[in-house]
Amino acid sequence: MIAFEDVAHDYGGGPLFREVSVRLEPGSFHFLTGPSGAGKSTFLKLCYGELLPSFGIVRLMDRDVRTLSRDALAETRERIGVVHQDCQFLDHLSVEQNVGLPLTATGRPLREADLSDLLGWVGLGEQAEALPPTLSGGERQRAALARAIIAAPNVLLADEPTGNLDWEMSQRLMMLMIELNRMGTAVLIATHDLQLIRFAKAQVNARVMRIAGRRLQIAGADL
Amino acid sequence: MSAREISRLVVPNRGQSVWLVLLSASAMAFLAVFALALSVTSAQLARNWSAALAQTATVRISAPPEEIEAQTAIVLEVLRTTPGIAEANVMAPAEQAALLEAWLGPDLPFDALPLPRLIEVTETEEGPDRQGLRLRLAAEAPGAVFDDHTRWRRPLAEAAGRLRAFALVSLALIGGVTAAIIVLASSAALASNGQVIRVLRLVGARDRFIALAFVRRISSRAFIGAAAGTALGMLALRALPEAGGNVHLLSGLGFSGAGWLLPLAIPPLAMVLAWAASMATAFKVLREVT
Repeated sequence: MIAFEDVAHDYGGGPLFREVSVRLEPGSFHFLTGPSGAGKSTFLKLCYGELLPSFGIVRLMDRDVRTLSRDALAETRERIGVVHQDCQFLDHLSVEQNVGLPLTATGRPLREADLSDLLGWVGLGEQAEALPPTLSGGERQRAALARAIIAAPNVLLADEPTGNLDWEMSQRLMMLMIELNRMGTAVLIATHDLQLIRFAKAQVNARVMRIAGRRLQIAGADL
Repeated sequence: MSAREISRLVVPNRGQSVWLVLLSASAMAFLAVFALALSVTSAQLARNWSAALAQTATVRISAPPEEIEAQTAIVLEVLRTTPGIAEANVMAPAEQAALLEAWLGPDLPFDALPLPRLIEVTETEEGPDRQGLRLRLAAEAPGAVFDDHTRWRRPLAEAAGRLRAFALVSLALIGGVTAAIIVLASSAALASNGQVIRVLRLVGARDRFIALAFVRRISSRAFIGAAAGTALGMLALRALPEAGGNVHLLSGLGFSGAGWLLPLAIPPLAMVLAWAASMATAFKVLREVT
C-alpha cells in the first residue's frame, strides 16, 4: 500500500534518515517514534507525497510517487487520510463543512446522514455548525480525525494526534483509531508518547518503528 | 453540499485583493467607456466630414466690383455646361455673412468688406474633370478659383483616423493594465490563502478545483466592478452637453441609438479577461505547492 525502498531524505544539511525500507500493509497498525527532529513528520510527509525522497523509491498505492502527475497524486491522497497535530482547518467553514471537504472538494457525493453519523461517532454531533476556532483541542483533533476518514481511506496517517490532549482524551482518540483499524484501515501514528503506545498495544496488534541514528528500526517489545 | 457550493465557500471573503479587483475593474471600465465613445465618435466624425465634403466644391470669384457680376455669370455658364456638375448656386450675402459671423462676430459691416463671391457646387457621383474645369475657369473667368475641399478633407479625415487609433490603443492599454492588476491581485489572493491551498491539496482536491475557487471569486468581482464603472461612465457621457444633432468632438462624445449597447459588452469582457488572467496565475502558483 505504502512502501519505502532504500529511502533517504535530506533537507540540505545531510541526510535526516537513510536506507529506510518498510511496507505498510492493508489493515496494519504502526507507530513511529523517535526524538524530536528525528524525522517523524518528514517520514509522514513522504507517505502522502508532500515531500519527494532525496534518494530511493516511495510507492503510494503501488505507484512510484515520482511518476505521479499532480492530479494522480491528488487522486492517491483521496485514499490516504491525514491528521496533523495542528489539524489544519479552514477556520471560516463550519466543522461539518471542514469534515466533508475530502468528498465535496473532489466532486464525490456527501450524504448528510453519513456526515451526521460520523460526527456522532467522534462525539461532535453538537458542534457540527461550530467554527473550528471555537473548539477545544480534543474536539479539534476528533474533527481532524473525522475529516481524515470520511472518504473511507485505505491508510490513516496521524502526526502527534494526541500531542495537545490530556490522557483521557488521548485514550478516547486512540480508541477511535483502533476501531477504524479493526474495520480494515491501515494506521500509522507518529508519536513520542510511549504510554499511549503501550495503551494501544494492549488493544491491537501494533508494530512500533523508531527513527534513531538516522535509521529506521523496528522497536522491541520493551515499551 | 455539492462541489460547486463548497467551491464558492472555501476561499474566505476577505483580503485587500477583493477591493483591488473591484476598484481597478471599476476604474478601468469607466475609462474604457470613454475610449470606446471616442473610437465610435471619431469614426462617426470621419464619416460625417467625408460625407459633408465629398461631392461638394466651391468656386470663389475675386474680381473688381464692376466685373464681379459678369464673371459670376460666366462661371455659372461654365459650370452648367461641365459634365459631372449637378448643381451650382451663388451663395446669398446673408449666408456668407452667417458663415463669417462664427469667426468675426455679429456686428461687422459685411457690406463694406471686399468679400469674394462664392458659388456652391454639387457634383454628380462621377464628378467633373477637375483639372479641365480649372483650366476653363482660368481662361474664361480669371478671378475664379475652383476649390474641391481636398485640402480640408484630407487632414480632417487623417485627424479622425488618428483619434480612432488613439482610442483603440487606449482600449488595448486598459485591457493590458487590467490584466496586469488581476494577475497581481490573484497572486496576492493565492499567497494570502496558503492555508486554504494546503488544506485542499491535503484532502485530495485537484488543481482545477482550487484554481476555480479563486478564479470564480476574482472574476465575479471584476464583473461587478466593471459593471459599476461602465454604468458610471455611461452616466457621465449622458451628462455631457447635447450635440444638437451635429457630432462634434467635445459635445458629441458618446453613443447614439443602439450604440449605447456597446459599453454593455465591457463587464462581460472584463470578466473573461479576469478569468483568463487569474486562471493562468492560479495554475502557475499551484505548481509550486505539493
